[in-house]
Order: sequence, then C-alpha cells, then structure tokens
Amino acid sequence: MWILLLVPFIGLLWVPFYNFAEPSLFGFPFFYWYQLAWVPISSLLIWLVYRGRTPDQAP
Amino acid sequence: MALADQIEWVSLSVFIFFFALVTVMGFFAARWKAGPVNEHLDEWGLGGRQFGTWITWFLVGGDFYTAYTVIAVPALVYAVGAYGFFALPYTVIVYPFVFAVMPVLWKQAHANGHVTAADAVYGTYNSRGLELAVAMTGMVATMPYIALQLIGMGVVIKAMGVGGELPLVAAFIILALYTYSSGLRAPALIAFVKDIMIYIVVLVAVVVVPAKLGGYGAVFAAANDAFTAKGGATGLILQPAQMLPYATLALGSALAAFMYPHTLTGIFASKSADTIRKNAILLPAYTLLLGLIALLGYMAYAAHIKVSSPNDVVPMLFKALFPSWFAGFAFAAIAIGALVPAAVMSIGAANLFTRNVWKSYVNPGISHAGEAAVAKIASLVVKVGALAFILFLPTQYALDLQLLGGLWILQTFPALVFGLFTRWFRAEGLLLGWAAGIGWGSWTAWSNGLKPLATIDLGGASYVFYVGLGALILNIAVAAVATVIVELILPKRTGATARS
Repeated sequence: MWILLLVPFIGLLWVPFYNFAEPSLFGFPFFYWYQLAWVPISSLLIWLVYRGRTPDQAP
Repeated sequence: MALADQIEWVSLSVFIFFFALVTVMGFFAARWKAGPVNEHLDEWGLGGRQFGTWITWFLVGGDFYTAYTVIAVPALVYAVGAYGFFALPYTVIVYPFVFAVMPVLWKQAHANGHVTAADAVYGTYNSRGLELAVAMTGMVATMPYIALQLIGMGVVIKAMGVGGELPLVAAFIILALYTYSSGLRAPALIAFVKDIMIYIVVLVAVVVVPAKLGGYGAVFAAANDAFTAKGGATGLILQPAQMLPYATLALGSALAAFMYPHTLTGIFASKSADTIRKNAILLPAYTLLLGLIALLGYMAYAAHIKVSSPNDVVPMLFKALFPSWFAGFAFAAIAIGALVPAAVMSIGAANLFTRNVWKSYVNPGISHAGEAAVAKIASLVVKVGALAFILFLPTQYALDLQLLGGLWILQTFPALVFGLFTRWFRAEGLLLGWAAGIGWGSWTAWSNGLKPLATIDLGGASYVFYVGLGALILNIAVAAVATVIVELILPKRTGATARS
C-alpha cells in the first residue's frame, strides 16, 4: 500500500508527460488542469494508505 | 501607475475592523483551551500539545500558505508564466512525505518531550554540534521568512493609499505583544479567521473575475498573447530547458517545507500522530486554493492591469475588479495572513533559541517556567530583528536571504529525517554533510547572482537544476562517506558512548 505514496511524485515530477497546452478543459490548458487534478488524486491515494494501515496503539 | 494616490477610506475601514477583531482574539487566546501559559514551554510554545485535526488544519494551513505566497506566487506567474506554477506540484508532493515521515517524528518528540527539530536530533545522536547546526540553520532561515511576511503586509497597506512605514510598525508591535502574552494559541485562534477570509476571497475571485473577463479561456488567451509579445523564457507551458528546473524546484521545496521551525511547530503541537495523518489528507485543500491564486497572475493580463512591480499584481487586480469594501476585506485577509505565519515563525525560532542555545549552553538547569520566559523574550527579539531588516535594508536582501534560507534549511533534512528510520549514519558524518551542502549550495547560488539554479555538464549536455537539491545530494553523499570513515576509526559500540 505504501507504494501509492510514490505515485504523485512520478505523476508530477516527470514534466515531459504533461507539458502541453492541449487538450484543454473548461478553458484550462492541459498543463494546468492536469496538475490541479493531482490535488484530489493525491488526497485519495494518501487516504487509501491511511485506511489500509494498522492503527496506532492507544497512546 | 501610482498605487498610493489617495487613501481608500471604505477599504481601510473594513481592513481596520478585521485587524482590530483579530487583535482582540490574539490577546483573548491565552485563555482559550486554557493552560498555564507561563509555566511550561509546552504551553506557550506548543499550545499545550493538544491541537486536534481541525485546529492543526487551520494552523498549518495558515502558516504554510503565507500572505507572501498570495502576493508572490501570482507575481511570479504574471512575470514568467508556467514556470511560476511549480508551487503547485511542490505543495502536492509534500503531503505523501508528511504522511510517511511526520507521524514518526511526532511519536519520538512526544515520548521524549522534544519541542524543536534540534531537540529531536540531539535525542537521536547525542551530539551538541549537530544540535547547534540544526538550531542555527532553523533560526537563520526563519528570519528573512518573517521579513517577507512584512513585505506582503506592506504591499496591501500601500494599495489602500496609506503611505509610510508607521502602519507596518504598529501592526507588528501589536502582533509581538499578543504573541508574547498568548504564545502559539494566538496564531492558532487567528488562523481560523484568516483562513476563512482567504477562502472567501479566493472563491469569489476565481468565480467573479473570470466571469467579468470572459471566462478562463479568455484569461489564458490574454496571458498567452502577452507572453508571445514579451518573448524570452516565458509562456503558458514550460520551455524544454525549464522542465528540469521546474521539477527539481518542486521536489527540493517539498522536502524543505517541513524542515522549517514554523511548520514543525504545527507538527509538534498536534495531539496525536493520527492528527498529522488526517491533515496530510485534508491539507491539500489549501493547495487547490493556491493553484487558483496563482492564476490571478493571468487574470491581471485579461484585466489589462499594468504594474511597476509584479508584487502589486494582486492588490491592483482586486482594486480594479472588486467594490472597495470587498477589496478592503481581501486586503485584511492578506494582512492577517501575514500575522499568523509571522507569529508561528517567531515562536518556532524562539523555541529553538531557548531549547538548543540557552538551555544547552547558558543555563542547563533551567526550569520549565524559565524556558517559557526565555522563549517569550526571544520571540520579541526575533520580530524586532525582522522589522529592522525591512526598515533599514533593501527589500531585495530579504528576498535573496529567503532563497538561501530554503537551501540552508533543506540541509538539515538528513540529520532530522534519516535518524527516524535508521541509526546507520554517524553524527560526525551528518555534520560534515550539512557543512558541505551549505557551503557548496551558498557558493553556487552566490556565484550565479543569487539565482536558485545550478548547472552541470555531463557528457556534452548541460543540466540546470535547483541548487538546494544538488546541495542535498552532496550533503547525503558526504555524510555517507564520512560515516564509513568514522566507523572504521571509531567503531560505534566502543567509541561513541565513551565520547559523548
């Protein structure tokens, strides 16, 4: 599960993958909406890891 | 175009109302979630280590996404285009890192009563030298960061037509006084107001402004025309040579972000490790906001705003497109957005001074109440220092030092983070790596005219990358080699315990 935490790094740091103007969405060039889309995706991935881990012992 | 032609009374009245409101809250905060503020540094400096998920969300959101961000990110996007957008990937990838690392740090700090990063490093390595290196780096990197918050506040005060430095001085004295009396509780409470105001301003701006300007398509088209006319290293997407700088700036900034005293203070003040994990999931909401704020830089082109300094882009845009009462509300949000991080930064620096300089070198037998007293005074000194910086030195110095500060604070990463997962590294190696990273990084940035980029030539091709990340790689390499050598000369089990 923890491997999911690395996915945003790959998706956002490999710039040639998203350095385009098209296809645009709601007027946003691809470069912008692609990176903005990673915000909820990253939250979701972290949440999945959070759900999948064994909880802390009571403090 | 002159900004300070005349005083905007409606804006100013709204501004003063909200400023007065948070001032009262700041002083009242000492009694919020009441604890003995003067008797223990955990109370003054960490708010009692009791902040749950929502308070931490507002506090870290409030001190990580600063007022200066609201001014400077759109300013950079306005000036250069896509390249200025690196703040977005930076503030996305920081959270998987926070999720994986910061709960481990929190558990260690909680178990041992650590208040600062340098406490944690001393607790792990038992090395006064490494502790001092981490503490000094934190304090030096924080000072220009506080100064930048003042610049952000100064920009909006100027936009309302109020000239001179007196308003800035007055605002800062008020801030210093309630931070002194209430400690971390003050910015934590004010962060609620600040963040809600910023959310309102940005949500209104990203809906209303494009509607007035003909939609996002028109906004991007106007910016594209402007960059085409301007030429050079600008544009709506990155030029090939900008891709590696973009990615390395994002990664280096993300690794540095939670090494700063102010962000770590938010971590240490949390109630539990789970509080931090939940925040790693919830804090990206601010990143979405930041991405939209960045686009204000493009909206300025669509609105035909002309500015002498890119930092005036956001205030000028708000003045041009909003009624004056809402512009005043927006300016108040930005100014209060400067107070929260400035307060937390001065508290973080004061905690470092108290725990890792005063306690370690001046008065090792200091009581808990004594620590709180020293930290309160130290927070005042730090703020006066930042104010003097702005009043007496050129603004550019603060910007340059802030840039170097990011590169310096990143060099504390190996000392603070590696020890949470492995005890393989030796303190001597980490100290040497820190020195190598700071030395090479500062020298390289300096010789490039204080640009954050370094160039290396490999096999005929040259690569341009963020100098801080290069310095970190050098830092880790030196630390590893030195650890191997020290281990050969002084094996751990026999040598290390006898020497400490």
